[in-house]
Amino acid sequence: MLKCRNVWRKLAPFARASSTLCRQNVKRTGLHNARVPGHVPTAHMATGPTGSGGENRLYVLVIGAVAIGGGIYAYRTIQEGKQRYEERIATNTSLHHQSAKQTTTSVQIETPATEAIETEVVPESEPQAAPSTEEPSPPVPDAETAAPSETTEPLQAAGLDTAPPSLALPPHAPYLLIGGGTASFAAARSIRARDPGARVLIVTDEPDLPYMRPPLSKELWFSDDPAVTDSLRFKQWNGKERSIYFQPPSFYITAEELSNAENGGVAVLTSKKVVHMDVRGNKVKLDDDTEISYDKCLIATGGVPRNLQVIDRAGEEVQKKTTLFRKIDDFRSLDKVSRNIKSITVIGGGFLGSELACALGRRSHHSGLEVIQMFPEKGNMGKVLPEYLSNWTTDKVKTEGVKVISEALVKSVTCKDDQLEIKLKDGRLVKTDHIVAAVGLEPNVDLAKSAGLEVDSDFGGYRVNAELQARSNIWVAGDAACFYDIRLGRRRVEHHDHAVVSGRLAGENMTGANKPYWHQSMFWSDLGPDVGYEAIGIVDSSLPTVGVFAKATAKDTPKAATEMSGTGIRSESETEDVASSAVAASTPAPAVTHKDDYGKGVIFYLRDKVVVGIILWNVFNQMPIARKIIKDGEEHADLNEVAKLFNIHED
Amino acid sequence: MTTVGEEGKDKIFFVTKEDHATPSNAELVEEDPDDPYEERGLILPSGEINWNCPCLGGMASGPCGTEFKEAFSCFHYSKEELKGSECLDQFRAMQECMQRYPELYPQEEDKVPEENASKAEQTSEEASESDADSKSTSDPVQESNSTESSVES
Repeated sequence: MLKCRNVWRKLAPFARASSTLCRQNVKRTGLHNARVPGHVPTAHMATGPTGSGGENRLYVLVIGAVAIGGGIYAYRTIQEGKQRYEERIATNTSLHHQSAKQTTTSVQIETPATEAIETEVVPESEPQAAPSTEEPSPPVPDAETAAPSETTEPLQAAGLDTAPPSLALPPHAPYLLIGGGTASFAAARSIRARDPGARVLIVTDEPDLPYMRPPLSKELWFSDDPAVTDSLRFKQWNGKERSIYFQPPSFYITAEELSNAENGGVAVLTSKKVVHMDVRGNKVKLDDDTEISYDKCLIATGGVPRNLQVIDRAGEEVQKKTTLFRKIDDFRSLDKVSRNIKSITVIGGGFLGSELACALGRRSHHSGLEVIQMFPEKGNMGKVLPEYLSNWTTDKVKTEGVKVISEALVKSVTCKDDQLEIKLKDGRLVKTDHIVAAVGLEPNVDLAKSAGLEVDSDFGGYRVNAELQARSNIWVAGDAACFYDIRLGRRRVEHHDHAVVSGRLAGENMTGANKPYWHQSMFWSDLGPDVGYEAIGIVDSSLPTVGVFAKATAKDTPKAATEMSGTGIRSESETEDVASSAVAASTPAPAVTHKDDYGKGVIFYLRDKVVVGIILWNVFNQMPIARKIIKDGEEHADLNEVAKLFNIHED
Repeated sequence: MTTVGEEGKDKIFFVTKEDHATPSNAELVEEDPDDPYEERGLILPSGEINWNCPCLGGMASGPCGTEFKEAFSCFHYSKEELKGSECLDQFRAMQECMQRYPELYPQEEDKVPEENASKAEQTSEEASESDADSKSTSDPVQESNSTESSVES
């Protein structure tokens, strides 16, 4: 209205002919809302008297423009508001499902039949209703997931639980662990060991019980068992077979048993996601609207594989042919895919990328699969190993049957003739059938917002102190924890052993130990029969390094060492062991002294002259010494002397 | 002899066995046996049992954890001539519990309780090293395998 008035004032000289009519209209529409004035001049125009042609036309134009401008502005504001509203709705879907479902709650408890009706009424609740229909059926062996319907617990049902699965869920868990991976399991074990009769509830959005991740990119690929994707069993370094699951289902108790179990236990809620955390009220909300309160909570949500931006933007066809590798399902699907295609490309030259490339490369010997690996660095593990070692490793990866394309930056990926075309920035073109993207992990900090927890801007992940605590009663462990390491400073570590160590420490602290992160975790990698190393501390190739290698003799083939070490591939090491020992008998003196044959050695990573990281290159069972050196944090003048402690010449 | 090389900021040494024959003169900081932060073996400095020791695997945390703790505690503090002779009830309870979970506690039942008890005592020393061992340290997989008991947990 005001706009119109201003416009009117400006245009008064032009509009004298139609002035009375306009003024009357404006007064009338002054009572209407903001939108209308935009239209008024136009309407007015339609009925206005004809004045002198030229002036009138100009008047029309100007008013018209204003009207359109005003209309556009109003439309945009409303759209924005709608967008914001929709966004809010999307993040808080559970809250809005509530109102619709609660009216039918009381009815649905009785029979599955009523659930069927309910699903029709509230179509979007289908995914939750689906599992609930299975409930009345007899409990399956892994009963943790399909919690039997508890019609004897009307209290819970009448409360906030809407879908029948949550009927059986305990409303309170003394120890609540969010995430069902390695860190979470280690914490559960620690809590149970220290707090007799502890009741621990693990909530995971995966359908599987806690399992270990390293074999998914190593041992499981070397298994001779054709049914390995079902059994998920692998052979360890000592020959014994085991499952990747930490414990069989019988180790756990079911969620509804948790509250009443005499000696407590560990219960796992699978396929349930925690979407909201109320720190003040000490409770969390799941994706099916169940609320669970806790005394102590651990966040061990791990992370989600990152993807290349170019693939994200590339469209559905490309994304269908791309694997982001992390979970059991990814292993299963990649195993299947790799058997049916001619060419596969791994993008990424770090641990996961190189391990997968080698595993697939080994397969290529039988199947004729073309395996390509591409990455921006100069060599495999370019960000971890010093350049000379990275180059050496890359050569070894190539002998595993992998076509390595280094210094490769992906510019675009398109789908053509059912094949993927990867265009690199330097113009090279790579045609392949499937892509595995191993370009890093994005730590999962979804709960940071609702919980009000700090997220670290340098390393990502939840920021916690040296005791892994984020706030009172909340700890974070594993890949998602950015913690303060007393010796090495603030960091975030994405390795298996760290998940175990930090999970265990978090569990200890949740039961009152108040210990800081002190026992340094280690990691290891296998890249075929020739390359196996263990490492500890900060292993960053940008740091100055000192490498001390044993002058290679014929006896020092790494393959001989792998059987002892347990990091090598068993089938290979058994055959090679015989060969190397025969050679040793006949050649006592050091025979082979290639300058760049880095068979066995120790590499020290220095920061301000202090050793902050150590790699044991084909040297095994020496990790305690490495750990001690890092713990001491001393300046050593001669690192060769320190290297003597590792007995690198011994088998 | 030692060959030295350099690739920019990275120094490389190649050493023969003779080069490393003399003992190292690198100085290591003395360990504090009472350091509260250190990872402990099976028996804590106070004499108590460290139930969180990786060497125990999941024994103390599984479904039969309570029974195991009772039996083993009784054994540990037993002052009888035949150590643990007064703990038969606890061991029996533990055995009964374990029989209910054959998946977790494979059926070499009779040997397991005593084996466990004596092995655990023996390995209390080794445990502090096996603790520090590379992959057998904190890897739950390796823990249960580094002990000689055949119990898989």
